Amino acid sequence: MMRLPAFKYLAPHSVAETVLMLSSEGPGATVVAGGTDLYPNMKRRHQVPKTVVSLRRVADLRGTHAGADGSLRIGASTTLMALERDARLKAERPALWAAVRSISTPVLRTMGTIGGNVLLDTRCNYYDQNLEWRRAINNCLKCEGDTCWTAPGSDRCWAVNSSDSVPVLIALGARARLSSPRGHREVPVESLYRDDGISYLTKDHDEVLTELVLPPVGPWKSHYGKLRRRGTFDFPVLGVATALRFDGDRVAEARIVLNGVGSSPLRCTEAEGFLLGKRIDPETAKAAGEIAFRPAKPLDNTDFENAWRKKMVKVYVRDGLLAAK
Amino acid sequence: MSPHGNAAGKPAAQKRAKKVTLTLRVNGEDHEVLFAPHKTLLEVLREEMGLTGTKHGCELGECGTCTVVVDGEPMLSCLMLAVECDGREITTVEGLSTAKGPHPLQEAFADLNAAQCGYCTPGFLCASKALLDRNPSPTREQIRDDLAGNLCRCTGYAKIFEAVERAAAVMRGEPVPPPPGNEDLGGAAPAQGEVTRGA
Repeated sequence: MMRLPAFKYLAPHSVAETVLMLSSEGPGATVVAGGTDLYPNMKRRHQVPKTVVSLRRVADLRGTHAGADGSLRIGASTTLMALERDARLKAERPALWAAVRSISTPVLRTMGTIGGNVLLDTRCNYYDQNLEWRRAINNCLKCEGDTCWTAPGSDRCWAVNSSDSVPVLIALGARARLSSPRGHREVPVESLYRDDGISYLTKDHDEVLTELVLPPVGPWKSHYGKLRRRGTFDFPVLGVATALRFDGDRVAEARIVLNGVGSSPLRCTEAEGFLLGKRIDPETAKAAGEIAFRPAKPLDNTDFENAWRKKMVKVYVRDGLLAAK
Repeated sequence: MSPHGNAAGKPAAQKRAKKVTLTLRVNGEDHEVLFAPHKTLLEVLREEMGLTGTKHGCELGECGTCTVVVDGEPMLSCLMLAVECDGREITTVEGLSTAKGPHPLQEAFADLNAAQCGYCTPGFLCASKALLDRNPSPTREQIRDDLAGNLCRCTGYAKIFEAVERAAAVMRGEPVPPPPGNEDLGGAAPAQGEVTRGA
């Protein structure tokens, strides 16, 4: 039986109490919301926190608040299922709704939270294994080893960002609110990530993600496409969020964001620039896919063959642009 | 402490994990249970309360066999701390039947042979119960969708989906055909709508 390692359990009632606990417990403490990412990691001994600070009793972090201006604030502990059942989210931000609904399985969406998905640990075939398996390969760079088995000549970890909600949140221009003993700050979701499989977040250990703030949808149109082996359960091996704003029938602004092809979400700025002033037709969408495909660097550390995954970037960007039109 | 309790290399916290006493409401009854705070609901149900109907499978959230119903929603007991379950209504497979007999889902699973090795069945029953309590008339697509987190390696799922549809019909008070196999019993065929066990 895979059991959790023992830890000190703390259950604060407010964000202020949470950040104080995290701060006083030090880097050996971690936050848990739904537990669907942390607990499997702890059972596999990827993470063995001394203290687990649970957000379950922090009521302020749950629920959505629609602003009069059309903006939307989503509490970080809102479950993915609560968002899936939110008819207004489905109507107003269908790409985010579709991304949320594509995460894992219904039972895990019932438990897992949007904040947990945003801060999801990076994934890799050499890392997401049990302790005995990892010991048999002398561990990997991300956990107790000194070699990245995905790229043994490399001095960095190439574990993959696999969060479905993140590309869409970035494409929709969402911002993240963080609290710490030093106060609050609000940053673009995009800036939460670092291109490093180990140190993949820019957040401090005593900072808590409290809220996601989405600007009014306005004229933006968006789409999320996800490549995976099964129609459920699986993490994305490629996710493509596309968002377009038009001036007449010409693109005034475009955002294309990929996951599953790097340690951080990948913004396809060159392809975005290419689309400006153009009409979205099959030929333009195809050409944008060809450009977006270039910086994507899928490595051999998730499901499917990596060269094929790279090729699929062209297809998913093309289809995503046509669907967002 | 057992002689193994102090094994070298065990984290210090493991040795002195202080137990807590909590009242858990399971299958309609309050139980006072003593356990360490890092224990999952699955461990407490099985090991402290003797409710071994809930099975442990992958224990990582990938198979659904440990599914129980918590406050009307299906949840994976392997990924929940029991210490977070106070004040919540927990239903395990042991709590599905009533004094009147098995739950219509249990009847339907038996009638249609929706269980083969049976290991995933408690999880499917609990996930299906949560579904039917929320949506008494799910379509086949909704059933497939809702049970997507539960794996079965024997049946190929068709019988399970049929059993959930049959149970839903029974729960709505609609007549259902006699279960297959009963025609060979030689006795009178059961009346339409009568729920009977399979042969």
